[in-house]
Amino acid sequence: MSSDRRDFLLTAGKLLVLTAPAAAYLEAMETGKAVEPAYKTAEHYWGMIVDVEKCIGCGNCVRACKTENDVPLEPYFFRTWVERYHVAGAAEHPDVDSPDGGFNGFPEKYAAGDGAKSFFVPKLCNQCAHSPCTQVCPVGATFESPDGAVLVDKTYCLGCRYCVQACPYGCRFIDPRTKTVDKCNLCYHRITKGLTTACCESCPTGARQLVDLKDPKDPVHEFLRTHKIQVLKPQLATGAKVFYNGLDGSVR
Amino acid sequence: MEEGLLHAVQGFMYPNEVELQWSILIVLYPFTTGLVAGAFILASLERVFNVAAVKPTYRLALLSALAFLLVAPLPLQLHLGHPERSFEMYLTPHTSSAMAMFGFIYLWYLMAVLVLEIWLDYRKDMVLLARSETGWKKTLYRVLTLGVDNISEESLRIDDKLGRFITIVGIPSAFLLHGYVGFIFGSIKANPWWSTPVMPIVFLFSAIVSGIALVLLMYMLVSFLKGIPIDMPCVDTIARYLMYAFLIDFSLEMLDLIHRIYEADESFKSLDFMVHTRLYTSQILVQIIFGTIVPISMLAFIQVVKLSEAARKGIYVLAGMLTLMGIFAMRWNVVIGGQLFSKSFLGYTTYKMAFATKEGLLPAILLMLLPFGILWVLVKLLPPFDVEKAAV
Repeated sequence: MSSDRRDFLLTAGKLLVLTAPAAAYLEAMETGKAVEPAYKTAEHYWGMIVDVEKCIGCGNCVRACKTENDVPLEPYFFRTWVERYHVAGAAEHPDVDSPDGGFNGFPEKYAAGDGAKSFFVPKLCNQCAHSPCTQVCPVGATFESPDGAVLVDKTYCLGCRYCVQACPYGCRFIDPRTKTVDKCNLCYHRITKGLTTACCESCPTGARQLVDLKDPKDPVHEFLRTHKIQVLKPQLATGAKVFYNGLDGSVR
Repeated sequence: MEEGLLHAVQGFMYPNEVELQWSILIVLYPFTTGLVAGAFILASLERVFNVAAVKPTYRLALLSALAFLLVAPLPLQLHLGHPERSFEMYLTPHTSSAMAMFGFIYLWYLMAVLVLEIWLDYRKDMVLLARSETGWKKTLYRVLTLGVDNISEESLRIDDKLGRFITIVGIPSAFLLHGYVGFIFGSIKANPWWSTPVMPIVFLFSAIVSGIALVLLMYMLVSFLKGIPIDMPCVDTIARYLMYAFLIDFSLEMLDLIHRIYEADESFKSLDFMVHTRLYTSQILVQIIFGTIVPISMLAFIQVVKLSEAARKGIYVLAGMLTLMGIFAMRWNVVIGGQLFSKSFLGYTTYKMAFATKEGLLPAILLMLLPFGILWVLVKLLPPFDVEKAAV
């Protein structure tokens, strides 16, 4: 008897049907224990204020971050770093440097009174509300938490590096030890216990302040009302939640 | 702190940008996928649009497409930090991710289009081979037929009808396959070198160009190796299509270039500097001059001046090879070029390719040879030319 395409499809179809009870069995075997957490993501909405006028470029935040979060020490892996801007002429052509990401502070480079303006700009993940990085993750290993923090599940990340390409601010890197992506998560292990971030904690001038936009008593509301606030690369509409006070137009 | 990579940096880059993310392996991925889409589109010309002249290449084009499609995901796998997790893209896909959705398009194209079309086209041959061969080959062909061994006139007519339907579905699928690869790059707003709505269509036409060039070369090579005379009307037609596709492709790329130069937005100075320095050789010389203008001129010359068969063959081989080189350079310039400048537009780095490392030149060369090995096996197993004679 000759066999037809129809016979093949019938056999294959029967085998396929058998997979449904198998899947149901596997699901029944899974046990889920829900634990009521003390920290409720729905009650917070995190962001940060960076006051450029207060930053002295000491690098405390960079060192504290690397220590607290076990960030690799190489000078091209940072969860936070500090840039030094020196604007002598047009804002389109600033001189920018960030030796070791500001880890060791900034060695003197410019003479006082050289007719230019100079300032420091701390950078970190902007915890975007419409983040281009989470949009492109093929498996959702990086995601926006309901409390506004953009997080990474290291046990799920493929290490495809698409998110690194998609971040307009250069905030992501691949940790060479885990081969997964890493970036600032606002010290999530600390803020969910009621502490502030390592960088904010160690900043001697209060240039960085963790803010909870859902907390009506947070001084952030007053601050945002009374200061000229800007976010980085606003033209990209990323919904950045790191708010800069005193940000110069030359900053990228 | 260790310096290492910092020496390559000129100007200012965000610190995390110093390490290049995507290597030559990621260049191979759009290149091989493009060959697949292009080869399939050429094959479908015969089937759907009844261009009889290209018929001798129909099966070879399908087999070439399959060989390259099987290899296409390998460089990606090798590049991943955790290749063992890659299947999660199918189990828990993130629907807003172009990369995740590409996984499904790839699978659709492989299983629902290419494999099915080849199976339908070869089913009669495989049944006949299963009858005439002995030993493990007999078993293999029987497995390949999936037990469907009815080759009555009526059954073959249905095969043909189904095959034609699948080709019709396959053309938009092939467009989708490579247009989508373009979207993976074109949709990254953070990177002005990539972010342009014409990226998918530029990728698509360059894919068609590279696929046609590949089939042209493979057909001439296989004919030469097997001592079969080359069907000149066939290669003349293919070369003409190559020229048309190339002209569209080049126009689109120039449109993009002119648009960028005229608009000259915030990224322009940075990108312009890059094209004049670090990308000059691969972009201006290899891609545009020797990889595009020269082969187009050669193909156009043949349309105007009547040359001997031998001269035409020589020109086709040369033009085909230059075309493949040019399209490879185009992929290189997109993938690598897009990472050589800082998103601050204040600095640049260089790509230093390693040799015998996981993402070095050696695995890249091996991965590019692999499809030819697969194609060799496929041609042995499913002879594209003379199966009727061999089987009867």
